[in-house]
Amino acid sequence: MIEATALTKRYGATTAVNELTFTARSGRVTGFLGPNGAGKSTTMRLILGLDRPDAGTVLVDGVPYRELKDPLRTVGAMLDATWRHPGRTGRDHLRWLAATNGIPDKRVEEVLALVGLTSVGKTRVLQYSLGMQQRLGIAAALLGDPRVLLFDEPVNGLDPEGMAWIRQLLHALAAEGRTVFVSSHLLPEMAQTAQDLVVIGRGRLIYQGTMDGFVAQTSEHGVRVRTPHAEELRAALTGQAEFTEADGAFVVSGMDSDRIGQLAFDAGATLHELSPITGSLEQAYLDLTREAVEFATPEAVQ
Amino acid sequence: MNLLAVERIKLFSTRSPWWCALITLALTIGFAAILAGASPSDSPIAVSATQFGGSQFGIAVVMVLAALAVTTEYRFNTIRTTFQAVPHRTPALLAKAVVVGLMALVIGEIGAFGALGLAMLMRPNDGLGLHSTQDWLNVAGLGPVFAISAVLAVALGILIRHSAGAIALLLIYYLAVEELVQIIPKVGRHIHEWMPFNVANKFLRGSAVVDGPAPSDSPLSPGWALAYFAGIALVFLLVALGVAKKRDA
Repeated sequence: MIEATALTKRYGATTAVNELTFTARSGRVTGFLGPNGAGKSTTMRLILGLDRPDAGTVLVDGVPYRELKDPLRTVGAMLDATWRHPGRTGRDHLRWLAATNGIPDKRVEEVLALVGLTSVGKTRVLQYSLGMQQRLGIAAALLGDPRVLLFDEPVNGLDPEGMAWIRQLLHALAAEGRTVFVSSHLLPEMAQTAQDLVVIGRGRLIYQGTMDGFVAQTSEHGVRVRTPHAEELRAALTGQAEFTEADGAFVVSGMDSDRIGQLAFDAGATLHELSPITGSLEQAYLDLTREAVEFATPEAVQ
Repeated sequence: MNLLAVERIKLFSTRSPWWCALITLALTIGFAAILAGASPSDSPIAVSATQFGGSQFGIAVVMVLAALAVTTEYRFNTIRTTFQAVPHRTPALLAKAVVVGLMALVIGEIGAFGALGLAMLMRPNDGLGLHSTQDWLNVAGLGPVFAISAVLAVALGILIRHSAGAIALLLIYYLAVEELVQIIPKVGRHIHEWMPFNVANKFLRGSAVVDGPAPSDSPLSPGWALAYFAGIALVFLLVALGVAKKRDA
């Protein structure tokens, strides 16, 4: 479990993370979503004790990260797959990391096999493809068999096969009861991966809850109606619902499609189209983050 | 102990430390060979002459090795992974200083005795050998001086974090600043007496004028000179550890 309370981090005049409070539960894949520059990576660094917060706390399984003994055995993280010396072999990279927390060399071979890098373990990392580097980063995160896992943009630069592999891995890790906290700015990927969501914009919390709740809360964008009897429908709708007209179609909001259909029938308007507009997750997310930008932190918008 | 093993794996699993070590040995031993070969056979060379390569050039390359051992970690962000694994940071950085210092010590001893040995083989009639305490310090002392220089370079590497910056500063200081300080009227000479590498030279070569570069003008005894040099490195290391602990990684 990861619990952040009123976490704040400033870099000079910029407030990267602003009074951020959220929880990532064990046994769940929690998506950490926000546009680029929203403060996701900063939050990850704060969780891992790499940066010090200006205010607030963040606990991992109830303990501040810096107080963990052999932290790799509790928290595994891949913040950036390029955090490795290119001249070192993949195996040596994992060997030194394992040695820091007294993790036996045997485990190095295990995680190499787990991510499918056994055959290139003795190859220097500079010859790795982006996907292989990503796998090495994930192997490093899994070294200590940790209960909490953090991944920052793990699917960046991966092919569809690699994405599917990571998705399955994250689900399997959560199913084993681990806390899986994974950031992304890619919504379609997140929709398939995360069960819970923490959405931030400009360093502030926008949404915390389940993925289903997020979609339900934000997916109604009105109903699109087309009719050859525009006058009748206009008269019927006026005073009943909000609507706009464009390109010979009505977009009605504040009324579901069942009632609109009935209203049109009663008014004698033939309908050629009656379709609810279910906004994509993408749209919902853009709407939410736009609001955050417009209203939450006006001083930061320039 | 784990962390010493970690730093050993890190150091020996990349190529640059090996190259730096080879270059240091080549300079230290090679310079002795050149001197031994080029000096006229009727004028014997002294033990101190066999050691110029190490004490003048080798030390610079050892410091480059030591600085790189830290700055490449910042360059490739493995320092962050290290701090993630060792959140208190100080033990990890201390382990690095120890391992790099030990490697420098070994390079220094191999280089110094290699240089003397080769010169003895090339000039069997010069009576070269470890005949006095001063001879011993001059040869066996190279290891400790390398080690302390390496710790100093590790500390500067932690503080500066960029390879080019750290190396430039170290080399400019080592090759120019200590000498140029003497130009300052009146006080320059007194400042120079306390400059760390000048003091280290006192430990290695004493103050007897034998040959080669001018001897050290440090007023300290060889023993205190080594302690002073080590003290300076320790102060820099402590400052670096304090800064690294506070700083956002």
